[in-house]
Amino acid sequence: MTNMKEDTISAIATPFGTSGTGKVRISGPDAINIGSKIFEASSGIDIYEADSHTAHHGYVVNPKTGKTVDEVLAIVMIKPRSFTGENVLEFDCHGGMVPLEAVLELTLEHGARMAEPGEFSRRAFMNGKLDMAQAEAIIDVINSKTEKSLSIAMEQLKGGLSEKVNKVKDDVMELLAHLEASIDFPEDEIEGFDSNQLEERLKEIKEPIQKLIKTAKQGKLYQEGIKTVIVGKPNVGKSSLLNYLLQENRAIVTDVPGTTRDVIEEYINLDGIPLKVIDTAGVRESEDVVEKIGVEKTRESLKKADLVLMMLDVSQGLTEEDIKVYNLIKEQHTIVVVNKTDLDENIDFDELEEQFKEHPLLWTSVKEEKGMEELKNTILEEIFQEQINVDSDVMVTKVRHRDALNKAFESIEKVEQSLENGMPYDFLTIDLKDVLFYLSSITGETVTDDIIDQIFSDFCLGK
Amino acid sequence: MENNYNYNKKFEKEYDVIVIGAGHAGCEASLAPARMGLDVLTLTVNLDHVAFMPCNPSLGGPGKGHIVREIDALGGEMPRNMDETMLQIRMLNTAKGPAVHGLRGQADKKKYHQRMKQILEEEPNLDLKQEIAETLVVEDDEIKGVVTKTGILFKGKKVVITTGTFLKGKVIIGEATFNAGPNQQYPANKLSGSLEEIGFNLRRFKTGTPPRINKRSIDFSKMHEQEGEKGLTFSFDSPPFERNQVSCYLTYTNDKTHEVIQDNKMRTPLFSGVIDGVGPRYCPSIEDKVVRFPDKGRHQLFLEPEGELTGEYYISGLSTSMPEDVQYEILSTIPGLENAEIMRAGYAIEYDCINPNDLKLNLETKKVDGLFSAGQINGTSGYEEAAGQGLIAGINAALALKGKEPLILDRSEAYIGVLIDELVTKGTEEPYRMMTSRAEYRLLLRQDNADLRLKEIGYELGLISEERYQMFLDKKKDIERTLEFLRDYQVTPTPENREKLKSLDSGALKKPVKLAKILKRPEVDYDDLKFFAPELPEVSREVKDQVSIQTKYKGYIDRQMSQVEQFKKMEDNLIPEDIDYSSLENMRLEAREKLKKIKPRSLGQASRISGVSPADISVLMIYLEQEERENKDEE
Ligand SMILES: Cc1cc2nc3c(=O)[nH]c(=O)nc-3n(C[C@H](O)[C@H](O)[C@H](O)COP(=O)(O)OP(=O)(O)OC[C@H]3O[C@@H](n4cnc5c(N)ncnc54)[C@H](O)[C@@H]3O)c2cc1C
Ligand SMILES: Nc1nc2c(ncn2[C@@H]2O[C@H](COP(=O)(O)OP(=O)(O)O)[C@@H](O)[C@H]2O)c(=O)[nH]1
Ligand SMILES: [Mg+2]
Repeated sequence: MTNMKEDTISAIATPFGTSGTGKVRISGPDAINIGSKIFEASSGIDIYEADSHTAHHGYVVNPKTGKTVDEVLAIVMIKPRSFTGENVLEFDCHGGMVPLEAVLELTLEHGARMAEPGEFSRRAFMNGKLDMAQAEAIIDVINSKTEKSLSIAMEQLKGGLSEKVNKVKDDVMELLAHLEASIDFPEDEIEGFDSNQLEERLKEIKEPIQKLIKTAKQGKLYQEGIKTVIVGKPNVGKSSLLNYLLQENRAIVTDVPGTTRDVIEEYINLDGIPLKVIDTAGVRESEDVVEKIGVEKTRESLKKADLVLMMLDVSQGLTEEDIKVYNLIKEQHTIVVVNKTDLDENIDFDELEEQFKEHPLLWTSVKEEKGMEELKNTILEEIFQEQINVDSDVMVTKVRHRDALNKAFESIEKVEQSLENGMPYDFLTIDLKDVLFYLSSITGETVTDDIIDQIFSDFCLGK
Repeated sequence: MENNYNYNKKFEKEYDVIVIGAGHAGCEASLAPARMGLDVLTLTVNLDHVAFMPCNPSLGGPGKGHIVREIDALGGEMPRNMDETMLQIRMLNTAKGPAVHGLRGQADKKKYHQRMKQILEEEPNLDLKQEIAETLVVEDDEIKGVVTKTGILFKGKKVVITTGTFLKGKVIIGEATFNAGPNQQYPANKLSGSLEEIGFNLRRFKTGTPPRINKRSIDFSKMHEQEGEKGLTFSFDSPPFERNQVSCYLTYTNDKTHEVIQDNKMRTPLFSGVIDGVGPRYCPSIEDKVVRFPDKGRHQLFLEPEGELTGEYYISGLSTSMPEDVQYEILSTIPGLENAEIMRAGYAIEYDCINPNDLKLNLETKKVDGLFSAGQINGTSGYEEAAGQGLIAGINAALALKGKEPLILDRSEAYIGVLIDELVTKGTEEPYRMMTSRAEYRLLLRQDNADLRLKEIGYELGLISEERYQMFLDKKKDIERTLEFLRDYQVTPTPENREKLKSLDSGALKKPVKLAKILKRPEVDYDDLKFFAPELPEVSREVKDQVSIQTKYKGYIDRQMSQVEQFKKMEDNLIPEDIDYSSLENMRLEAREKLKKIKPRSLGQASRISGVSPADISVLMIYLEQEERENKDEE
């Protein structure tokens, strides 16, 4: 029992909070090897050669693109002197959520498997690293985490993902059942495919997978960040706020091309949470702002905002223009920022409180950098509150989905390769079954018996 | 103990193994232990139906043919019996990849039966008797023997039940129904009761067969002839099959046929509710096919000869339980069968079978020690599936008597392993038939390498003779030697070699390569290699094929082998038999119940039980580790 050889697993090993740092842990025989493929130490050493229990400063780099993903501390632990009793490599990541996710994904691309809930602890226990008293606790963790990750996965599958995955899965299943039927019932009249038809069918499977990978990558956190729009009438201080946030919190990583200074979208890394801030200052100030906002496009972008920062000028009081702006966004997740507190106030507090009672209300002076910490904290609080959910488990589920999609994609490419090499049906089915397996792992179903059911529902077979 | 049972005479001899049934399962279950040196008694309802084929006169096809090859490697009799008596043989699926090639042979039913009966009769350690077993003698959950209809008590240390479709057999032909086994044989009406008394929950399955017609009434000129191929055999060790082969013929149903069926739908037992047993989806009756796939304009029918000394033809594809008058009407619509004379009407049969969840992987019942079961009674269908199980049950009864570890083939070793694992672990809701798509390591479980996979095992059991084993070792050596040659031999791009490749439509050679690389090219055959390497070893066709497959598909094969390695880790992780699942309080109730019922042998098997999740397996692993530590502490 104890000496069962296991594969190498990887996961985010710290709960993700507002701290902005997190840890990716790889455990198993290939842990150090996998790590060394994606880590460049500042000292220039290869961590594959590193001694146990040493820490190395350096960068996680995607070997395919050469791009730096995050600045990290890599900690090497050789078995049995580690938490799990196996070879362990940990990356302490500093760049926050996005890089953490990217590091995890790189480990999966280079041979690790995503750890199951509680798997590190289970391995630790199996390897004698935890004592008997802890066994029950581990079982509880496994049970509760499994339940939680199931419910998160269900949640993630809402919004069309599961339908899309199921649609591709159905196509794969149908093709597979057809091939299998003709293999298992050679004496029945089952029409075969010529290679062009097969090519076509494979394309019909590959393309939607490709699309799904793209959309999965466009997941809010990964590329777009949390879309935050700053609105307000001219001169309240929107651009100033954006500039302030930018100076302080230049985003470390964004893979998005075209993020230049002269557009009104900026990426900000707020304690590890990527914010995509849209400053409506691009609007010409001579014109009526509300009119301008009324332009369909802006309206759209407002609707899609995850978070709205509605700015007011304390020296001007609450104007009709403010109310018009507000009416456009009042359904949104909004923080009201009353700016220019360094100036004389000319505003009715009660009216303000009454008008914006549904939203957090903050007092700032961008000019004197007052209330800025509070603003940041309020933004984070809003994000970590219910609606804008960036819990690390959610993130892990997404990585899991993306990983499965990537593997499904690799497998369908192998099928194409086999077809190109003139391999007979049986060889096509090998990787086609993998495609089905990975797609099913997203929706959490097993497939073996389904293929046989499909065979008999699609074809009239046997005698 | 015997006092609790009614009998007139206690047979003087106590047998090591009693096999109830001499069908395809029963014959293998009898021969294996007898050949392993044990005293065996075989009981059958009717001696003139030993190894009888109640349905199609053929063996094999993809999956089923694989099983026959495995039976051969393990020293079973079915393949050799077929080779000696068959009328025709072909290889199916030759264009779909080596793993799914399937041998299919036409049997001569009478000869098949006669030769097998003779083999049993001549087996020194085996007594073959016409007796109907009615009661199982069980004491303290251990099998002790059987009592027959005519009042004889036979004592046996192990009993293997292989009763096929005989238990409470009920034949249905349209409105006519009567109690019978297959082919109007006497049914076994009492044994079911004995099984129920012991605590088995019996289920009712059904299957069917088409009419047989007289050759003189068939117009073959309206049909398409299908001939056999020379040189093929089921057994690895039979001499090449060179006898004259008998043909089969192909014809089709048409709209008129389907109309007749639709018109008589209400008289169809299947739809009128007369039949309530569960039938297999893969062997639907013609009425089922027509009703379920109304858009299909025609269905194929193969006419297969039942034997050389009879004019009876079997109409494959026309299985039916419609009334006999409708059967005549159906035939009259089919080209070539317009005037067909029915000799035996098609019929459906319902029978009792057990739930294979009640078995262990060695095919012993969980309820009664020493009681094994194999074949159709376990919920399968098909001669090959029956024989494969019979062989394993017989071997395991013998191994148990010898105090040895059971023979359990896993899913990466054999189709027989896949078959038994699925029956025992998942159960089945319809008569189970083997298909290659059930095997996840299909590329490794080829029919061409069944000997390489299993012959060692057959030899060690004592079921493969020294002579056959030596032939096998020689073949293995040839394969290795040839593979080595291919790996080492260098081919240089000389003008002659280039010219040769060109003539084979194969890409040009730019630099020297190993011979194996040349063979890897899809358009290059083994025999083409002689040109590049005159010293190429002279080896048999089988060795050439083996070497070619292993070379051409190496990448795919290696991938499956590494998956198997992963699979074995879990499979080799055994769960103690005495584990008490009810004490695993932290495991989900559903998983606990399932585990308790199936009693998996390994973590691998546990993980295949439906309703047991990976998280449950993790919990189980922790529990087992806990137990182990506790036991260590006690020592
Ligand atoms: C009508 C019909 C149609 C079929 N159609 C198909 C088909 O289309 N495709 C397919 O793959 N398979 C088909 N089969 C199934 C196939 O025939 C069986 O799967 C196979 O023969 C089972 O082998 P077995 O050894 O388990 O049982 P059988 O071959 O049925 O042998 C049972 C043996 O047990 C003996 N026996 C039974 N009860 C007792 C008793 N109480 N005491 C002593 N001896 C007993 C009998 O005499 C017999 O020797 C059909 C079977 C029938 C009857
Ligand atoms: N006194 C004071 N002036 C500010 C403050 N924030 C911004 N301003 C000034 O207000 C003017 C308009 O600011 P800008 O950021 O361009 O406003 P926008 O039109 O909303 O983008 C500039 O002159 C800023 O310097 C503040 O907190 N206090
Ligand atoms: Mg501005």
